[in-house]
Amino acid sequence: MSNVVTSERKPYLLDFEKPLAELENRIEQIRELATENGVDVTDQIRQLESRALELRHEIFSNLSPAQKIQLARHPRRPSTLDYIQAISDEWMELHGDRNSSDDPALVGGVGSIAGRPVVMLGHQKGRDTKDNVARRFGMASPGGYRKAMRLMEHADRFGMPIITFIDTPGAWAGVEAEQLGQGEAIAYNLREMFRLDVPIICTVIGEGGSGGALGIGVGDRLLMFEHSVYTVASPEACASILWKDATKAPQAAEALKITATDLKNLGILDDLLTEPIGGAHSDPLKTATILKQALLHHLTELSQMTNSERRELRYQKFRRIGVFMELSA
Amino acid sequence: MSLFDWFANRKKSTSPISQERQEREIADGLWTKCEACGVVAYTKDLRANQMVCRDCGHHIRIYSNERIRQLIDNNTWMPMDEGVRPTDPLQFRDRKSYRDRLRDTQEKTSLVDAVNTGVGLLEGERVALGVMDFRFMGGSMGSVVGEKLTRLIERATLERLPVIIICASGGARMQEGMLSLMQMAKISAALERHREAKLLYIPVLTHPTTGGVTASFAMLGDIILAEPKATIGFAGKRVIEQTLREKLPEGFQTSEYLLQHGFVDAIVPRTNLKSTLAQLIRLHRPQPTQPTTHHVSLSGVINVGTERYAPVSPE
Repeated sequence: MSNVVTSERKPYLLDFEKPLAELENRIEQIRELATENGVDVTDQIRQLESRALELRHEIFSNLSPAQKIQLARHPRRPSTLDYIQAISDEWMELHGDRNSSDDPALVGGVGSIAGRPVVMLGHQKGRDTKDNVARRFGMASPGGYRKAMRLMEHADRFGMPIITFIDTPGAWAGVEAEQLGQGEAIAYNLREMFRLDVPIICTVIGEGGSGGALGIGVGDRLLMFEHSVYTVASPEACASILWKDATKAPQAAEALKITATDLKNLGILDDLLTEPIGGAHSDPLKTATILKQALLHHLTELSQMTNSERRELRYQKFRRIGVFMELSA
Repeated sequence: MSLFDWFANRKKSTSPISQERQEREIADGLWTKCEACGVVAYTKDLRANQMVCRDCGHHIRIYSNERIRQLIDNNTWMPMDEGVRPTDPLQFRDRKSYRDRLRDTQEKTSLVDAVNTGVGLLEGERVALGVMDFRFMGGSMGSVVGEKLTRLIERATLERLPVIIICASGGARMQEGMLSLMQMAKISAALERHREAKLLYIPVLTHPTTGGVTASFAMLGDIILAEPKATIGFAGKRVIEQTLREKLPEGFQTSEYLLQHGFVDAIVPRTNLKSTLAQLIRLHRPQPTQPTTHHVSLSGVINVGTERYAPVSPE
């Protein structure tokens, strides 16, 4: 977490943040001028600052789906390992799918949160360009999904709840991934996650990209951060297929209903986690606290059920999803 | 109305109809041309050979009705859930609204959505059969496909029947957004229960089986069969070419490729499909079982062990 919090920040400004940044710059300029000239501008500054706060509220509570995607993909957005380090008392990363590979795009291990042993795993994006290339921007390979399954089996054997973090543009699309059975690896997880006895809580922390997200996304609870997105297909792909025009991605993002609020309305999302104003990256520690509280709340609830009750509810949760009409025959 | 307008209108209104008629003439006509080798065959003869070209062995694409006719014994097919219809939950609109697209496709294909499900006899064996239909929006999987397949599998679990699903799909249906993606999990959940009941599930992968279908029920068979030369894969070829910026190897993402890499049990020509399925079902008929006390007591022990994280167990 430390590098996110303390490192000298290059201003990764998103388009919609620019008016805000300009205002904040102006406040800074006025303050400097006032100090140089020995003028008291406290009142004016206070006014401008409250205006800036208002503007920040305004901007971040009216983001379009396309803007939320920008936030979800923000290079400073906290990643799986950031959250794990922030919320756990103890943590040890475990490696390998026991079948010849260790995918750095999907990480996991054992640890504890508030004294409870858990298995945590998730997609891992890189912290810089080099890291991102190694981790393929969080696009997991079949070996990644198999490592995840191996860790989940481990959790089930030792009665540890499973906590997954979803943050991927999608499963890795490459010749090798196909050769090693990307489809089979994801499919296997979808089925087996219904078999596991232990509680499973899945949280979309950034991008939930299609089958690559769902491959570690079957659980008793689905949580999602306010500015995260979860999509059936990337808006870019959707635009080029349905609109035959990749530049229509913002329209596709709108039409696909990908925001946390949309998913809540569709009955897919259980808990929408509010982010600090300015997005998760503006205050990673506060964001992690929000996440930890939510996880503990759901863990407590789920731990009060028996294994069979929980599995039945997990089944019913997904069984209900879908919208159709039925004419009597 | 001027004569010119009359001609224009006439042209507009008749052109789609005449096009459709042309297509039907080819499909229902006396003669059919094989799209692979170009040989023109007597349609009746071709249908007797399950629409497999006698000259080159090419499997001409067939649709759900024809497939059911080929696999299910005469007069034994009982369709399920025909009243389950798609809606437009997202009010989705690309260049055309989803509502219009659904209506047009339903009119054109006389299908309700992209899957037909039911129960029937296959060489006298009772089976639960789902057949996807590529004509309906590329066989894409939305709420209706998810619901109908889930009900089929649930019924099969209840009645202890084997499940066969003929896959033909481009993947999840984008027009229903995340509801479509979640159908992958829903169907997989039903398959988990079917599997737990120790029942047989055989997906048959036909051209094409890709995307979300490959990443769920297509790859979850106890035994997985494929038709020759079908395209089967997770990511689209174009997507892979874009990420890698290079041409893909010959034969990539075909049935033969999957067989070679261990993801398909056998490639079965359509002309042998019914007899192969029947043989597999007969071989997997439930055997007189051993007393199950051992199994029950074992699961009891596991339950006790895994309740460790629950401070107060209500059990």
